[in-house]
Amino acid sequence: MSATTVDTPQEKRGSGSKSKYVPQDGCLLEVDDLYVEFHTEEGVAKAINGVSFDLSQGETLAILGESGSGKSVTAQAIMGILDMPPAKIPSGQVRYCGRDLLTMDPNERRHTRGPEISMIFQDALSALNPVFPVGWQIAEMFRQHRGMNKSDALERAVGLMERVSIPAARERVKAYPHQFSGGMRQRIMIAMAIALDPAVLIADEPTTALDVTVQAQIMQLLADLQQERQMGLILITHDLGVVADVADRACVMYAGRLVEKSEILDLYAAPAHPYTRGLIDSIPRVDQKGQTLAAIGGLPPNLTRIPPGCPFHPRCYLARDICSGERPELRELVPGRFAACHFSEEVLGA
Amino acid sequence: MTEQAIVETAHSSDANPVGEARSLGADARRALARNPLFWISATMIFIFVLMAIWPSLFTNTDPTEAVLSQARERPNSEAWFGRDIQGYDIYARVIYGARASILVGVFTTLFTTTIGAALGITAAYFGGWTDSLISRVTDIFFAIPLLLGAILFMSAFPSSNDPYFVVVFKVVAAISLLGWPALTRLMRSSVMQVLPNDYVQAARALGASPWRIIRSHVIPNSLGPIIVVATINLGAYIALEATLSFLGIGLQPPVISWGVSINDAIVGLRTTPHMLFFPSLFLSLTVLAFIMLGDAVRDAYDPKTR
Amino acid sequence: MPEVILRATDLVKHYPIKAGVLRHTVGHVKAVDGVSFDLHKGETLGIVGESGCGKSTLGRVLMRLEEPTSGSVDFDGVDMFQQSGSAMRRLRRDIQIIFQDPYTSLNPRKTVGDIIGEPFEIHREVVPKGGRKKAVQDLLDVVGLNPEHINRYPHQFSGGQRQRIGIARGIALRPKVLICDEPVSALDVSVQAQVVNLLERLQREMGLAYLFIAHDLSVVRHISDRVGVMYLGKMVELGTEDEVYQRPTHPYTQALLSAVPVPDPTLRGKREQIVLSGDVPSPANPPSGCRFHTRCFKAQDVCSVEEPEFVQRPDGAGGHRSACHFAEVRQIVPTSDIPTREPDEGRGSDGARIGAGAPPEDVPAPGVDERGVIDPTRPAADYQIGHDDVAPEPRDRQS
Repeated sequence: MSATTVDTPQEKRGSGSKSKYVPQDGCLLEVDDLYVEFHTEEGVAKAINGVSFDLSQGETLAILGESGSGKSVTAQAIMGILDMPPAKIPSGQVRYCGRDLLTMDPNERRHTRGPEISMIFQDALSALNPVFPVGWQIAEMFRQHRGMNKSDALERAVGLMERVSIPAARERVKAYPHQFSGGMRQRIMIAMAIALDPAVLIADEPTTALDVTVQAQIMQLLADLQQERQMGLILITHDLGVVADVADRACVMYAGRLVEKSEILDLYAAPAHPYTRGLIDSIPRVDQKGQTLAAIGGLPPNLTRIPPGCPFHPRCYLARDICSGERPELRELVPGRFAACHFSEEVLGA
Repeated sequence: MTEQAIVETAHSSDANPVGEARSLGADARRALARNPLFWISATMIFIFVLMAIWPSLFTNTDPTEAVLSQARERPNSEAWFGRDIQGYDIYARVIYGARASILVGVFTTLFTTTIGAALGITAAYFGGWTDSLISRVTDIFFAIPLLLGAILFMSAFPSSNDPYFVVVFKVVAAISLLGWPALTRLMRSSVMQVLPNDYVQAARALGASPWRIIRSHVIPNSLGPIIVVATINLGAYIALEATLSFLGIGLQPPVISWGVSINDAIVGLRTTPHMLFFPSLFLSLTVLAFIMLGDAVRDAYDPKTR
Repeated sequence: MPEVILRATDLVKHYPIKAGVLRHTVGHVKAVDGVSFDLHKGETLGIVGESGCGKSTLGRVLMRLEEPTSGSVDFDGVDMFQQSGSAMRRLRRDIQIIFQDPYTSLNPRKTVGDIIGEPFEIHREVVPKGGRKKAVQDLLDVVGLNPEHINRYPHQFSGGQRQRIGIARGIALRPKVLICDEPVSALDVSVQAQVVNLLERLQREMGLAYLFIAHDLSVVRHISDRVGVMYLGKMVELGTEDEVYQRPTHPYTQALLSAVPVPDPTLRGKREQIVLSGDVPSPANPPSGCRFHTRCFKAQDVCSVEEPEFVQRPDGAGGHRSACHFAEVRQIVPTSDIPTREPDEGRGSDGARIGAGAPPEDVPAPGVDERGVIDPTRPAADYQIGHDDVAPEPRDRQS
């Protein structure tokens, strides 16, 4: 493993061009009361309904949710890669180092993608361009953003490929994406994402398509890189196991809302929202012998017709009259623990 | 995961009342009946077919009555669409021309589509050497230019004094013989996309016969593209018939067809555009009607569009 | 142990790799390369392994969707691959399959009634024509869907509901063996549990034997009585759930188990992690000797030369089959019995309450099992089986 050709974070952060964005009190990213809706033929799908969270330097924040919970849309809104239309952001802010990305000049914002915030996707095969060699694709990042010449950029690419532990990197720099295995492609995508040394890395289901032994390798790599570069990492996943292994804090999303936000240990030890509790109870564990799983009944709601009151109430075992009438706000139960449930104290006490 | 996936979970709230169990065919007929596009296109096609069968319903003028003194006359109250270079009444010729054009268009489409679909399904479903054989033969026919092939065919079987239907049938045969390969390829690839689906495997696992799998799983899911292409081709076949006529080997005067009329009109493209306009308009309307019908049928057999 | 319903002996499935203009065979993908096992009546045999290990091919060969290259399967005393025509058709009533992808496993142009009714159309002797609609509605009821929805099309259902439709089709002919090919891996976490519970209930009620193929070791442990681990077309370890998960002897099984993330942050950094190097080699060109030797942390010279036999090896408590020269027990996941979930009020019955739109089911009272026997040692929650897995029909949420 050689990192000789890659800048160390200290060098990087100090060097000129970065001074434009300075984290305030260690806080890198703040999402503030964000709303996203999709205008479709079937109506307006309210994908995100007032989501707020923040991310500090060196922190790993997990966003947990099922399909349709809005977790991926949140990531796309932060990155600014939503297709608009059909998507629309009626209100909210995404502040990076204090500056709102949503109102920023599009050209300026484009320049934040890569050097400031970057993203890796679930499907590395479709995220990489099949007709160019991988080394060329990584080098292109340096040529475009740093104006490097071809041979220097390729040298950097080799260094990065070595850093993400691709064997025989120098020989394989000219290979095409389809010549790599799924795990190796994911490493290449990670190499591209960290090439310009971003302060924030968003990983959208980075290991969902991978086998379990490869998943372990990739998660280890992400954790190492984050430590090394003190990046803020947003890990978007549906996998409670992966989250438990790496995250510092977690947000749980349901029907486009945060239903719970807390430190990882608290979340698993005593969930404060019935949905979180249901999720934790419903998954089988490899270290437990099986009995009947406590499944959550019902289905996630259709986002064009989100139930009134608490969106989870039709599936909730605690639901009472108030739940269908009044929408519970995300409130702080004890310092650092937030939940959006009328009966969080009861859930915690149970 | 796209957020379109969210919309997928949409459920229509109007629970179908449990009456008799329904099938796709019945549902499709119901959907067609509700589709204005279907009624418009069906009405147009009905009128054109009526024209083809019973032209005297639409006009009393003899299309072969040449009034040379009024040749190239513009549309007027007596000859609604004007007169052509021979002094024939264009309106009457358009009405009488429907028969040949529609016969050629409809039957060629029917033949090419049937042959193409059957061979395409056979090649894709059975694979192996069946597929190789059919694909290679298709390639060979594909290599023969349609027009050139049709010319050779028509020259090989000259039709100077044959009866009307024999001449029309020869044109249909010439185009069909060379028109099927494109549809075979299309059908083969669209069946190839359907076969790997697990519902086909599930049917095999249940012990369904190949015929059952083809009939109830493969065909309904692979017909979409071929219907679209076939309806578009229908117009192309009518135009091709016109070209053959123009070259003097297709339908020949005294046979009347839109193709013949269009070719006759080429000489006066600038001075007498009405000679070109009316036959072309009817040709376009026919093609449009069939394309609309094709779209309506395709949509009716796709439950997702409902 | 109950009698054997299906016995696979030395199953092999090689796919030819063709190349060149003449499409001559240049090699073989050894998808399944000599796999033997028994499946007993009413049990669940889990098959785990990573992608490319041949587990799905195994399922398809057993279903005879693919013809095996060699080997035999004895199904209830009948040599399956020797059957043809009507005998094979008759056999298919007894062995059925459910698929991974709920989106491609249902014909989009068929109503649910047609899809679930197809088994009866093909095997007309099973249900007389007049009774088919009723039979289909009963099946919908059994899998927790609204019997009134027989005229709906698949796209009107969610992923979990479609999977229930697929299950209903699979059990329509009351098979003895159901091959489940990754039946829950395409589903959301909260829906996964519903479908797993449904499968468990059906097994109890119908005495089905499952061959449960999956890559998720947690789900497999949950549902299986016995487990086989596959690597590159071969079975490397096979034993009861306890043997494989608590006393694994094959290094590959050990590595797999150590890589499974556990949803418990207090274990972070405390769990033993065996990180395998590299990727799974290509099944077209598997390594010599033991196929795992290229990635194995125990590999020695003998491993690349001599293929280890798949035989009983000591595991500290009897023994179970494992294919490693250096088989040795190593506990990877200290197992706790599932913590008793408090049978708090509402929690058990919420399924039924939510399921208001769903058909009423025969819900056993808490603490009473299906046979009506009260078992005071088990918490009531364990008995909430009748409806835990019932997905309510989509409710019309104020539009």
